[in-house]
Amino acid sequence: MSQTEINHNGGDAKNIRNAASAGNAIEVRDLRKRFGRQQVLDGVTLDFPAGQITTIVGPSGSGKTVLLKHLNLLMRPDSGTIVIDNVEVTKLGATGLDAVREKFGVLFQAGALFDSMSIFDNVAFPLVEKTRLTRAEIAERVHETLKAVGLEGMGAKFPSEMSGGMQKRAALARALVRRPKILMLDEPTTGLDPSRTGAIHELIRRTQENFKLTAVMVSHDVPAVFQVSDRVAFLHNGRTHLNGTVAQVMAADDEVFKRFLAGKASGEENETALAG
Amino acid sequence: MAERLGALVIDSVVQLGAFVLFLVSAAFYVFFPPFKPRLWIRQIRIIGADSLFLIILIGGFTGMVLGLQGYNTLRRFGSDGALGTVVALVLVRELGPVLAALMIAARAGSAMAAELGAMQSTEQIDALTVMAINPVQYLVSPRVLAGVISFPLLISVFDVVGIFGGYMIGVGLMGAPSAAYFNGIADNMEWHDVMTGIYKALVFGVVVTWVCCYKGYRAERMATGVSRATTEAVVLSSALILAFDYFLTSILL
Ligand SMILES: Nc1ncnc2c1ncn2[C@@H]1O[C@H](COP(=O)(O)OP(=O)(O)OP(=O)(O)O)[C@@H](O)[C@H]1O
Ligand SMILES: [Mg+2]
Repeated sequence: MSQTEINHNGGDAKNIRNAASAGNAIEVRDLRKRFGRQQVLDGVTLDFPAGQITTIVGPSGSGKTVLLKHLNLLMRPDSGTIVIDNVEVTKLGATGLDAVREKFGVLFQAGALFDSMSIFDNVAFPLVEKTRLTRAEIAERVHETLKAVGLEGMGAKFPSEMSGGMQKRAALARALVRRPKILMLDEPTTGLDPSRTGAIHELIRRTQENFKLTAVMVSHDVPAVFQVSDRVAFLHNGRTHLNGTVAQVMAADDEVFKRFLAGKASGEENETALAG
Repeated sequence: MAERLGALVIDSVVQLGAFVLFLVSAAFYVFFPPFKPRLWIRQIRIIGADSLFLIILIGGFTGMVLGLQGYNTLRRFGSDGALGTVVALVLVRELGPVLAALMIAARAGSAMAAELGAMQSTEQIDALTVMAINPVQYLVSPRVLAGVISFPLLISVFDVVGIFGGYMIGVGLMGAPSAAYFNGIADNMEWHDVMTGIYKALVFGVVVTWVCCYKGYRAERMATGVSRATTEAVVLSSALILAFDYFLTSILL
Protein backbone atom coordinates (compact mmCIF):
# COMPACT_ATOMS: atom_id res chain seq x y z
CA MET A 1 0.00 0.00 0.00
CA SER A 2 1.49 3.30 -1.01
CA GLN A 3 1.92 6.11 1.44
CA THR A 4 -0.25 8.43 -0.58
CA GLU A 5 -3.27 6.32 0.22
CA ILE A 6 -3.03 7.03 3.89
CA ASN A 7 -5.47 9.76 4.69
CA HIS A 8 -3.89 11.79 7.47
CA ASN A 9 -5.95 14.89 7.47
CA GLY A 10 -9.38 13.59 6.69
CA GLY A 11 -11.35 15.23 3.92
CA ASP A 12 -8.60 17.63 2.94
CA ALA A 13 -6.25 15.03 1.50
CA LYS A 14 -9.07 13.49 -0.47
CA ASN A 15 -9.94 16.85 -1.95
CA ILE A 16 -6.36 17.32 -3.03
CA ARG A 17 -6.31 14.01 -4.86
CA ASN A 18 -9.65 14.62 -6.52
CA ALA A 19 -8.61 18.06 -7.63
CA ALA A 20 -5.34 16.68 -8.97
CA SER A 21 -7.09 14.19 -11.16
CA ALA A 22 -9.06 17.13 -12.53
CA GLY A 23 -5.96 18.31 -14.34
CA ASN A 24 -3.39 19.83 -12.05
CA ALA A 25 0.18 18.66 -12.53
CA ILE A 26 1.27 20.16 -9.24
CA GLU A 27 -0.72 21.31 -6.24
CA VAL A 28 0.73 23.24 -3.35
CA ARG A 29 -1.23 23.61 -0.14
CA ASP A 30 -0.35 25.94 2.70
CA LEU A 31 3.38 25.52 2.23
CA ARG A 32 5.54 26.99 4.97
CA LYS A 33 9.28 27.29 5.25
CA ARG A 34 11.35 29.21 7.73
CA PHE A 35 15.08 29.90 7.76
CA GLY A 36 16.14 30.86 11.24
CA ARG A 37 13.87 33.73 12.20
CA GLN A 38 12.81 34.46 8.64
CA GLN A 39 9.47 33.02 7.53
CA VAL A 40 10.17 32.79 3.78
CA LEU A 41 7.10 30.83 2.70
CA ASP A 42 4.12 31.67 4.85
CA GLY A 43 1.31 29.49 3.57
CA VAL A 44 1.65 29.28 -0.20
CA THR A 45 -1.32 27.66 -1.93
CA LEU A 46 -1.09 27.31 -5.66
CA ASP A 47 -2.15 25.00 -8.52
CA PHE A 48 -0.18 24.31 -11.66
CA PRO A 49 -2.61 23.04 -14.32
CA ALA A 50 -1.25 20.31 -16.55
CA GLY A 51 -0.11 21.34 -20.02
CA GLN A 52 0.24 25.01 -19.18
CA ILE A 53 3.04 27.44 -18.43
CA THR A 54 2.72 28.98 -15.00
CA THR A 55 5.12 31.76 -14.18
CA ILE A 56 5.99 32.76 -10.63
CA VAL A 57 6.90 36.42 -10.24
CA GLY A 58 7.54 38.60 -7.26
CA PRO A 59 10.00 41.00 -5.71
CA SER A 60 13.51 39.93 -4.92
CA GLY A 61 13.62 37.85 -1.76
CA SER A 62 9.93 36.98 -1.90
CA GLY A 63 10.78 33.28 -1.91
CA LYS A 64 10.39 32.35 -5.59
CA THR A 65 13.54 30.28 -5.71
CA VAL A 66 12.75 28.69 -2.37
CA LEU A 67 9.29 27.73 -3.67
CA LEU A 68 10.77 26.25 -6.84
CA LYS A 69 13.30 24.29 -4.79
CA HIS A 70 10.39 22.76 -2.92
CA LEU A 71 8.73 21.80 -6.19
CA ASN A 72 11.89 20.16 -7.54
CA LEU A 73 12.38 18.43 -4.20
CA LEU A 74 15.66 20.05 -3.24
CA MET A 75 14.11 21.43 -0.07
CA ARG A 76 11.67 20.03 2.46
CA PRO A 77 8.89 22.24 3.83
CA ASP A 78 8.28 22.81 7.52
CA SER A 79 4.61 22.14 6.88
CA GLY A 80 2.10 21.99 4.06
CA THR A 81 1.73 19.57 1.20
CA ILE A 82 2.91 19.28 -2.38
CA VAL A 83 1.23 16.89 -4.77
CA ILE A 84 3.06 16.19 -8.01
CA ASP A 85 1.30 14.11 -10.61
CA ASN A 86 -1.07 12.74 -7.95
CA VAL A 87 1.72 11.78 -5.59
CA GLU A 88 1.97 13.57 -2.31
CA VAL A 89 5.72 14.15 -2.36
CA THR A 90 5.87 15.76 1.06
CA LYS A 91 5.31 12.32 2.57
CA LEU A 92 7.84 10.40 0.50
CA GLY A 93 11.20 8.96 1.52
CA ALA A 94 14.35 9.06 -0.58
CA THR A 95 13.42 6.22 -2.93
CA GLY A 96 9.96 7.59 -3.57
CA LEU A 97 11.41 11.01 -4.26
CA ASP A 98 13.73 9.63 -6.91
CA ALA A 99 10.75 8.08 -8.66
CA VAL A 100 9.03 11.48 -8.78
CA ARG A 101 12.23 13.14 -9.97
CA GLU A 102 12.13 10.96 -13.06
CA LYS A 103 9.05 12.91 -14.10
CA PHE A 104 10.58 16.33 -14.29
CA GLY A 105 13.38 18.21 -15.94
CA VAL A 106 14.98 21.20 -14.26
CA LEU A 107 16.71 24.17 -15.81
CA PHE A 108 18.91 25.87 -13.23
CA GLN A 109 19.42 29.56 -13.19
CA ALA A 110 23.08 29.38 -14.17
CA GLY A 111 22.59 26.32 -16.34
CA ALA A 112 24.54 24.03 -14.02
CA LEU A 113 26.05 22.19 -16.96
CA PHE A 114 28.84 19.82 -15.96
CA ASP A 115 31.89 21.73 -17.07
CA SER A 116 34.07 18.65 -17.24
CA MET A 117 31.87 17.26 -20.04
CA SER A 118 31.13 18.26 -23.61
CA ILE A 119 27.67 19.52 -24.51
CA PHE A 120 26.87 16.16 -26.05
CA ASP A 121 27.87 14.30 -22.88
CA ASN A 122 25.96 16.79 -20.75
CA VAL A 123 22.76 16.22 -22.68
CA ALA A 124 23.37 12.48 -22.89
CA PHE A 125 24.11 12.25 -19.17
CA PRO A 126 20.56 11.66 -17.87
CA LEU A 127 20.05 8.99 -20.53
CA VAL A 128 23.39 7.29 -19.88
CA GLU A 129 22.82 7.27 -16.13
CA LYS A 130 19.12 6.56 -15.87
CA THR A 131 18.01 4.59 -18.94
CA ARG A 132 18.97 1.40 -20.73
CA LEU A 133 19.08 2.94 -24.18
CA THR A 134 21.89 1.84 -26.50
CA ARG A 135 24.66 4.22 -27.50
CA ALA A 136 23.13 4.72 -30.92
CA GLU A 137 19.71 5.46 -29.47
CA ILE A 138 21.22 7.91 -27.03
CA ALA A 139 23.17 9.65 -29.78
CA GLU A 140 20.06 9.97 -31.88
CA ARG A 141 17.98 11.37 -29.04
CA VAL A 142 20.70 13.83 -28.06
CA HIS A 143 21.07 15.14 -31.60
CA GLU A 144 17.33 15.46 -31.91
CA THR A 145 17.10 17.42 -28.68
CA LEU A 146 20.05 19.65 -29.51
CA LYS A 147 18.39 20.39 -32.81
CA ALA A 148 15.16 21.31 -31.04
CA VAL A 149 16.96 23.96 -29.01
CA GLY A 150 18.94 25.25 -31.99
CA LEU A 151 22.30 23.79 -31.06
CA GLU A 152 22.68 21.34 -33.89
CA GLY A 153 26.28 20.30 -34.43
CA MET A 154 27.47 21.95 -31.20
CA GLY A 155 27.77 18.70 -29.25
CA ALA A 156 31.55 18.64 -29.24
CA LYS A 157 31.88 22.04 -27.58
CA PHE A 158 32.44 22.47 -23.87
CA PRO A 159 30.22 24.72 -21.73
CA SER A 160 33.10 27.13 -21.16
CA GLU A 161 33.33 27.71 -24.91
CA MET A 162 29.72 28.85 -25.19
CA SER A 163 27.90 32.11 -24.58
CA GLY A 164 25.41 32.44 -21.75
CA GLY A 165 22.45 32.08 -24.10
CA MET A 166 23.88 28.94 -25.68
CA GLN A 167 24.55 27.46 -22.25
CA LYS A 168 20.93 28.08 -21.32
CA ARG A 169 19.86 26.28 -24.49
CA ALA A 170 22.15 23.36 -23.77
CA ALA A 171 20.87 23.17 -20.21
CA LEU A 172 17.33 23.24 -21.56
CA ALA A 173 18.23 20.36 -23.87
CA ARG A 174 19.53 18.40 -20.90
CA ALA A 175 16.32 19.12 -18.99
CA LEU A 176 14.23 17.96 -21.95
CA VAL A 177 16.16 14.94 -23.14
CA ARG A 178 14.28 12.43 -21.03
CA ARG A 179 10.92 13.77 -22.23
CA PRO A 180 9.77 14.90 -18.79
CA LYS A 181 6.12 15.60 -18.07
CA ILE A 182 7.02 18.67 -16.07
CA LEU A 183 9.64 21.30 -16.80
CA MET A 184 10.88 23.60 -14.05
CA LEU A 185 12.77 26.70 -15.05
CA ASP A 186 14.54 29.04 -12.65
CA GLU A 187 15.00 32.40 -14.28
CA PRO A 188 15.74 31.06 -17.76
CA THR A 189 16.43 34.51 -19.17
CA THR A 190 18.17 36.40 -16.37
CA GLY A 191 21.37 37.96 -17.60
CA LEU A 192 20.44 37.77 -21.27
CA ASP A 193 19.85 40.72 -23.54
CA PRO A 194 16.27 41.41 -24.76
CA SER A 195 16.64 39.67 -28.12
CA ARG A 196 18.09 36.52 -26.52
CA THR A 197 15.37 36.70 -23.88
CA GLY A 198 12.75 36.71 -26.62
CA ALA A 199 14.41 33.78 -28.34
CA ILE A 200 14.50 31.72 -25.16
CA HIS A 201 10.89 32.56 -24.36
CA GLU A 202 9.89 31.47 -27.84
CA LEU A 203 11.87 28.29 -27.43
CA ILE A 204 10.17 27.53 -24.12
CA ARG A 205 6.75 28.11 -25.64
CA ARG A 206 7.57 25.94 -28.63
CA THR A 207 8.96 23.03 -26.60
CA GLN A 208 6.05 23.25 -24.22
CA GLU A 209 3.65 22.92 -27.16
CA ASN A 210 5.66 20.20 -28.89
CA PHE A 211 6.07 18.02 -25.83
CA LYS A 212 2.72 18.98 -24.25
CA LEU A 213 4.43 19.51 -20.98
CA THR A 214 3.62 21.43 -17.86
CA ALA A 215 6.05 24.24 -17.22
CA VAL A 216 6.80 26.06 -13.99
CA MET A 217 8.89 29.14 -14.47
CA VAL A 218 10.40 31.69 -12.13
CA SER A 219 11.15 34.90 -13.93
CA HIS A 220 12.31 38.47 -13.47
CA ASP A 221 11.43 39.42 -17.02
CA VAL A 222 8.22 41.17 -16.18
CA PRO A 223 6.17 41.93 -18.21
CA ALA A 224 7.93 40.26 -21.21
CA VAL A 225 7.42 36.82 -19.69
CA PHE A 226 3.63 37.23 -19.61
CA GLN A 227 3.53 36.76 -23.38
CA VAL A 228 4.67 33.15 -23.08
CA SER A 229 2.80 32.34 -19.89
CA ASP A 230 -0.65 30.87 -19.50
CA ARG A 231 -0.86 31.68 -15.84
CA VAL A 232 0.87 33.98 -13.42
CA ALA A 233 1.37 33.66 -9.68
CA PHE A 234 2.53 36.76 -7.84
CA LEU A 235 4.40 35.98 -4.65
CA HIS A 236 4.48 38.57 -1.93
CA ASN A 237 5.37 38.29 1.76
CA GLY A 238 5.64 34.54 1.48
CA ARG A 239 2.15 34.06 0.07
CA THR A 240 0.50 33.88 -3.32
CA HIS A 241 -0.82 37.38 -3.46
CA LEU A 242 -2.33 36.98 -6.93
CA ASN A 243 -2.86 33.89 -9.01
CA GLY A 244 -4.72 33.29 -12.24
CA THR A 245 -4.53 33.49 -16.01
CA VAL A 246 -2.35 36.23 -17.45
CA ALA A 247 -5.44 38.23 -18.41
CA GLN A 248 -6.95 37.89 -14.94
CA VAL A 249 -3.81 38.93 -13.17
CA MET A 250 -3.17 41.85 -15.48
CA ALA A 251 -6.71 43.06 -15.02
CA ALA A 252 -6.63 42.67 -11.26
CA ASP A 253 -7.10 45.87 -9.33
CA ASP A 254 -4.29 45.28 -6.88
CA GLU A 255 -2.12 48.04 -5.45
CA VAL A 256 0.82 45.81 -4.51
CA PHE A 257 1.01 44.14 -7.90
CA LYS A 258 0.72 47.47 -9.69
CA ARG A 259 3.55 48.89 -7.66
CA PHE A 260 5.62 45.79 -8.45
CA LEU A 261 4.99 46.24 -12.17
CA ALA A 262 5.71 49.94 -11.98
CA GLY A 263 8.96 49.29 -10.17
CA LYS A 264 9.94 46.82 -12.87
CA ALA A 265 9.04 49.22 -15.66
CA SER A 266 11.04 52.11 -14.26
CA GLY A 267 13.96 49.79 -13.59
CA GLU A 268 13.76 50.67 -9.94
CA GLU A 269 14.99 48.18 -7.38
CA ASN A 270 11.77 46.39 -6.61
CA GLU A 271 12.37 46.34 -2.88
CA THR A 272 12.18 50.11 -2.81
CA ALA A 273 9.11 50.07 -5.01
CA LEU A 274 7.38 47.86 -2.50
CA ALA A 275 8.65 49.48 0.62
CA GLY A 276 5.62 51.79 1.12
CA MET B 1 25.80 34.03 27.85
CA ALA B 2 25.12 30.46 28.90
CA GLU B 3 22.53 30.31 26.14
CA ARG B 4 25.08 31.38 23.53
CA LEU B 5 27.54 28.80 24.79
CA GLY B 6 24.84 26.16 24.65
CA ALA B 7 23.94 27.10 21.11
CA LEU B 8 27.61 26.97 20.15
CA VAL B 9 28.01 23.52 21.65
CA ILE B 10 24.88 22.23 19.93
CA ASP B 11 25.99 23.75 16.65
CA SER B 12 29.40 22.09 16.92
CA VAL B 13 27.89 18.73 17.72
CA VAL B 14 25.48 19.03 14.78
CA GLN B 15 28.34 19.94 12.45
CA LEU B 16 30.51 17.11 13.68
CA GLY B 17 27.58 14.76 13.19
CA ALA B 18 27.10 15.95 9.62
CA PHE B 19 30.83 15.51 9.00
CA VAL B 20 30.80 11.94 10.29
CA LEU B 21 27.54 11.06 8.51
CA PHE B 22 29.06 12.30 5.27
CA LEU B 23 31.80 9.67 5.49
CA VAL B 24 29.38 6.97 6.59
CA SER B 25 27.13 7.51 3.58
CA ALA B 26 30.08 7.80 1.19
CA ALA B 27 31.45 4.51 2.50
CA PHE B 28 28.02 2.88 2.37
CA TYR B 29 27.48 3.80 -1.27
CA VAL B 30 30.80 2.25 -2.30
CA PHE B 31 29.10 -1.10 -1.76
CA PHE B 32 25.74 -0.08 -3.16
CA PRO B 33 24.87 -0.31 -6.87
CA PRO B 34 25.07 1.17 -9.42
CA PHE B 35 28.83 0.56 -9.46
CA LYS B 36 30.87 2.89 -11.58
CA PRO B 37 34.33 1.40 -12.18
CA ARG B 38 35.00 4.11 -14.74
CA LEU B 39 34.65 6.77 -12.08
CA TRP B 40 36.85 4.81 -9.67
CA ILE B 41 39.61 4.42 -12.22
CA ARG B 42 39.44 8.06 -13.16
CA GLN B 43 39.83 9.10 -9.54
CA ILE B 44 42.65 6.62 -8.94
CA ARG B 45 44.40 8.18 -11.89
CA ILE B 46 43.86 11.70 -10.56
CA ILE B 47 44.81 10.96 -6.94
CA GLY B 48 47.30 8.18 -7.60
CA ALA B 49 49.02 8.31 -10.94
CA ASP B 50 49.13 12.08 -11.17
CA SER B 51 50.75 12.35 -7.74
CA LEU B 52 53.43 9.77 -8.52
CA PHE B 53 56.15 12.10 -9.71
CA LEU B 54 55.74 14.38 -6.70
CA ILE B 55 55.87 11.40 -4.36
CA ILE B 56 59.07 10.08 -5.96
CA LEU B 57 60.66 13.50 -5.71
CA ILE B 58 59.75 14.08 -2.06
CA GLY B 59 60.48 10.47 -1.13
CA GLY B 60 63.95 10.71 -2.68
CA PHE B 61 64.87 13.89 -0.84
CA THR B 62 63.48 12.65 2.45
CA GLY B 63 65.57 9.48 2.18
CA MET B 64 68.64 11.47 1.28
CA VAL B 65 68.27 13.71 4.31
CA LEU B 66 67.72 10.68 6.51
CA GLY B 67 70.87 9.10 5.06
CA LEU B 68 72.87 12.21 5.84
CA GLN B 69 71.52 12.85 9.33
CA GLY B 70 71.36 9.18 10.20
CA TYR B 71 74.94 8.55 9.18
CA ASN B 72 76.29 11.53 11.12
CA THR B 73 74.35 10.57 14.23
CA LEU B 74 75.00 6.83 14.16
CA ARG B 75 78.71 7.33 13.53
CA ARG B 76 79.05 9.04 16.91
CA PHE B 77 78.03 5.74 18.47
CA GLY B 78 80.09 3.75 16.02
CA SER B 79 77.01 2.04 14.70
CA ASP B 80 76.80 3.29 11.14
CA GLY B 81 76.08 -0.29 10.11
CA ALA B 82 72.55 0.27 11.45
CA LEU B 83 71.92 3.09 8.96
CA GLY B 84 69.70 1.02 6.63
CA THR B 85 67.56 -0.18 9.49
CA VAL B 86 67.10 3.30 10.92
CA VAL B 87 66.26 4.90 7.57
CA ALA B 88 63.84 2.14 6.61
CA LEU B 89 62.04 2.01 9.96
CA VAL B 90 61.66 5.77 10.20
CA LEU B 91 60.31 5.89 6.66
CA VAL B 92 58.03 2.91 6.77
CA ARG B 93 56.56 3.52 10.20
CA GLU B 94 56.42 7.29 10.32
CA LEU B 95 57.73 9.67 7.71
CA GLY B 96 56.53 7.84 4.62
CA PRO B 97 52.85 7.81 5.52
CA VAL B 98 52.82 11.27 7.07
CA LEU B 99 54.86 13.17 4.50
CA ALA B 100 53.30 11.43 1.52
CA ALA B 101 49.81 12.03 2.90
CA LEU B 102 50.56 15.70 3.51
CA MET B 103 51.84 16.04 -0.05
CA ILE B 104 48.83 14.29 -1.55
CA ALA B 105 46.50 16.43 0.54
CA ALA B 106 48.20 19.56 -0.76
CA ARG B 107 48.11 18.39 -4.33
CA ALA B 108 45.13 16.12 -4.99
CA GLY B 109 43.10 17.05 -1.91
CA SER B 110 43.06 20.75 -2.66
CA ALA B 111 42.08 20.09 -6.26
CA MET B 112 39.29 17.82 -5.05
CA ALA B 113 37.91 20.46 -2.68
CA ALA B 114 38.11 23.12 -5.39
CA GLU B 115 36.37 20.95 -7.96
CA LEU B 116 33.52 19.92 -5.70
CA GLY B 117 33.28 23.47 -4.35
CA ALA B 118 32.88 24.83 -7.87
CA MET B 119 30.28 22.16 -8.60
CA GLN B 120 28.38 23.14 -5.47
CA SER B 121 28.47 26.85 -6.16
CA THR B 122 27.30 26.44 -9.76
CA GLU B 123 24.43 24.13 -8.73
CA GLN B 124 25.94 21.13 -10.52
CA ILE B 125 25.46 19.06 -7.37
CA ASP B 126 21.80 20.09 -7.20
CA ALA B 127 21.55 19.17 -10.88
CA LEU B 128 22.65 15.63 -10.02
CA THR B 129 20.09 15.44 -7.24
CA VAL B 130 17.16 16.49 -9.41
CA MET B 131 18.24 13.91 -12.00
CA ALA B 132 17.74 11.32 -9.26
CA ILE B 133 21.47 10.66 -9.07
CA ASN B 134 22.85 10.52 -5.55
CA PRO B 135 25.65 13.10 -5.55
CA VAL B 136 27.48 11.53 -2.64
CA GLN B 137 27.53 8.20 -4.42
CA TYR B 138 28.47 9.76 -7.74
CA LEU B 139 31.08 12.24 -6.53
CA VAL B 140 32.32 11.32 -3.09
CA SER B 141 32.36 7.51 -2.92
CA PRO B 142 34.70 7.09 -5.92
CA ARG B 143 37.11 9.60 -4.42
CA VAL B 144 37.18 7.96 -1.00
CA LEU B 145 37.65 4.56 -2.61
CA ALA B 146 40.41 5.91 -4.83
CA GLY B 147 42.08 7.35 -1.72
CA VAL B 148 41.98 4.01 0.05
CA ILE B 149 43.55 2.31 -2.96
CA SER B 150 46.03 5.00 -3.96
CA PHE B 151 47.46 6.03 -0.60
CA PRO B 152 49.06 2.68 0.33
CA LEU B 153 50.55 2.37 -3.15
CA LEU B 154 51.91 5.91 -3.22
CA ILE B 155 53.26 5.60 0.30
CA SER B 156 54.99 2.32 -0.58
CA VAL B 157 56.65 4.03 -3.51
CA PHE B 158 57.65 6.88 -1.21
CA ASP B 159 59.23 4.42 1.24
CA VAL B 160 61.13 2.47 -1.40
CA VAL B 161 62.46 5.56 -3.13
CA GLY B 162 63.38 7.00 0.27
CA ILE B 163 65.31 3.88 1.25
CA PHE B 164 67.29 4.09 -1.96
CA GLY B 165 67.82 7.82 -1.41
CA GLY B 166 69.23 7.06 2.03
CA TYR B 167 71.47 4.42 0.50
CA MET B 168 72.72 6.80 -2.16
CA ILE B 169 73.79 9.41 0.38
CA GLY B 170 74.62 7.34 3.45
CA VAL B 171 76.52 4.61 1.66
CA GLY B 172 77.43 6.13 -1.69
CA LEU B 173 78.48 9.57 -0.49
CA MET B 174 79.31 9.23 3.21
CA GLY B 175 80.73 5.71 3.14
CA ALA B 176 78.54 3.68 5.50
CA PRO B 177 79.02 -0.08 4.99
CA SER B 178 77.13 -1.10 1.89
CA ALA B 179 76.14 -4.72 2.63
CA ALA B 180 74.95 -3.88 6.14
CA TYR B 181 72.47 -1.32 4.76
CA PHE B 182 70.12 -3.75 3.07
CA ASN B 183 70.98 -6.76 5.26
CA GLY B 184 70.08 -4.69 8.29
CA ILE B 185 66.71 -3.87 6.77
CA ALA B 186 66.06 -7.52 5.92
CA ASP B 187 67.03 -8.69 9.41
CA ASN B 188 65.34 -6.06 11.52
CA MET B 189 62.27 -4.96 9.64
CA GLU B 190 59.26 -6.87 10.89
CA TRP B 191 55.93 -7.53 9.31
CA HIS B 192 54.40 -5.43 12.05
CA ASP B 193 56.42 -2.40 10.90
CA VAL B 194 55.15 -2.76 7.36
CA MET B 195 51.58 -3.17 8.54
CA THR B 196 51.86 -0.08 10.73
CA GLY B 197 52.68 1.90 7.61
CA ILE B 198 49.87 0.31 5.65
CA TYR B 199 47.28 0.98 8.35
CA LYS B 200 48.35 4.59 8.51
CA ALA B 201 48.19 4.85 4.73
CA LEU B 202 44.65 3.49 4.67
CA VAL B 203 43.49 5.82 7.41
CA PHE B 204 45.14 8.86 5.81
CA GLY B 205 43.61 7.92 2.46
CA VAL B 206 40.17 8.06 4.03
CA VAL B 207 40.88 11.21 6.06
CA VAL B 208 42.22 13.27 3.14
CA THR B 209 39.47 12.36 0.66
CA TRP B 210 36.79 12.64 3.32
CA VAL B 211 37.84 16.08 4.55
CA CYS B 212 38.51 17.48 1.09
CA CYS B 213 35.26 16.19 -0.38
CA TYR B 214 33.30 17.43 2.62
CA LYS B 215 34.78 20.91 2.50
CA GLY B 216 34.17 21.17 -1.24
CA TYR B 217 30.69 19.72 -1.01
CA ARG B 218 29.75 22.19 1.72
CA ALA B 219 31.33 25.20 0.02
CA GLU B 220 29.28 28.36 0.42
CA ARG B 221 27.69 29.81 -2.67
CA MET B 222 29.63 33.02 -2.83
CA ALA B 223 32.72 34.42 -4.48
CA THR B 224 35.09 33.33 -1.72
CA GLY B 225 33.32 30.02 -1.06
CA VAL B 226 35.55 27.82 -3.17
CA SER B 227 38.86 29.34 -2.12
CA ARG B 228 37.89 29.13 1.52
CA ALA B 229 36.78 25.52 1.12
CA THR B 230 40.10 24.66 -0.51
CA THR B 231 42.18 26.29 2.21
CA GLU B 232 40.15 24.72 4.98
CA ALA B 233 40.35 21.33 3.31
CA VAL B 234 44.15 21.36 3.20
CA VAL B 235 44.57 22.78 6.70
CA LEU B 236 42.07 20.41 8.29
CA SER B 237 43.32 17.32 6.51
CA SER B 238 46.93 18.16 7.41
CA ALA B 239 45.99 18.64 11.05
CA LEU B 240 43.97 15.44 11.09
CA ILE B 241 46.81 13.51 9.44
CA LEU B 242 49.13 14.52 12.27
CA ALA B 243 46.53 13.90 14.98
CA PHE B 244 45.58 10.49 13.62
CA ASP B 245 49.26 9.69 13.21
CA TYR B 246 49.80 10.22 16.91
CA PHE B 247 46.84 8.06 17.90
CA LEU B 248 47.65 5.32 15.44
CA THR B 249 51.27 5.27 16.56
CA SER B 250 50.26 4.98 20.20
CA ILE B 251 47.87 2.16 19.38
CA LEU B 252 50.08 0.26 16.97
CA LEU B 253 53.42 0.66 18.73
N1 LIG C 1 19.26 28.03 2.17
C1 LIG C 1 18.85 29.17 2.74
N2 LIG C 1 19.20 29.44 4.01
C2 LIG C 1 18.78 30.58 4.61
N3 LIG C 1 18.03 31.51 4.02
C3 LIG C 1 17.67 31.30 2.75
C4 LIG C 1 18.06 30.12 2.05
N4 LIG C 1 17.55 30.18 0.81
C5 LIG C 1 16.88 31.35 0.74
N5 LIG C 1 16.94 32.02 1.90
C6 LIG C 1 16.29 33.31 2.19
O1 LIG C 1 14.96 33.24 1.76
C7 LIG C 1 14.56 34.47 1.17
C8 LIG C 1 13.95 34.21 -0.18
O2 LIG C 1 14.94 33.74 -1.06
P1 LIG C 1 14.69 33.37 -2.57
O3 LIG C 1 16.00 33.00 -3.14
O4 LIG C 1 13.59 32.41 -2.68
O5 LIG C 1 14.21 34.76 -3.15
P2 LIG C 1 13.77 35.04 -4.63
O6 LIG C 1 12.34 35.41 -4.60
O7 LIG C 1 14.16 33.93 -5.51
O8 LIG C 1 14.62 36.33 -4.92
P3 LIG C 1 15.39 36.73 -6.26
O9 LIG C 1 14.34 37.33 -7.12
O10 LIG C 1 16.37 37.76 -5.78
O11 LIG C 1 16.01 35.51 -6.83
C9 LIG C 1 15.79 35.33 1.09
O12 LIG C 1 15.68 36.33 2.08
C10 LIG C 1 16.93 34.42 1.39
O13 LIG C 1 17.89 35.08 2.14
MG1 LIG D 1 15.67 33.52 -7.02
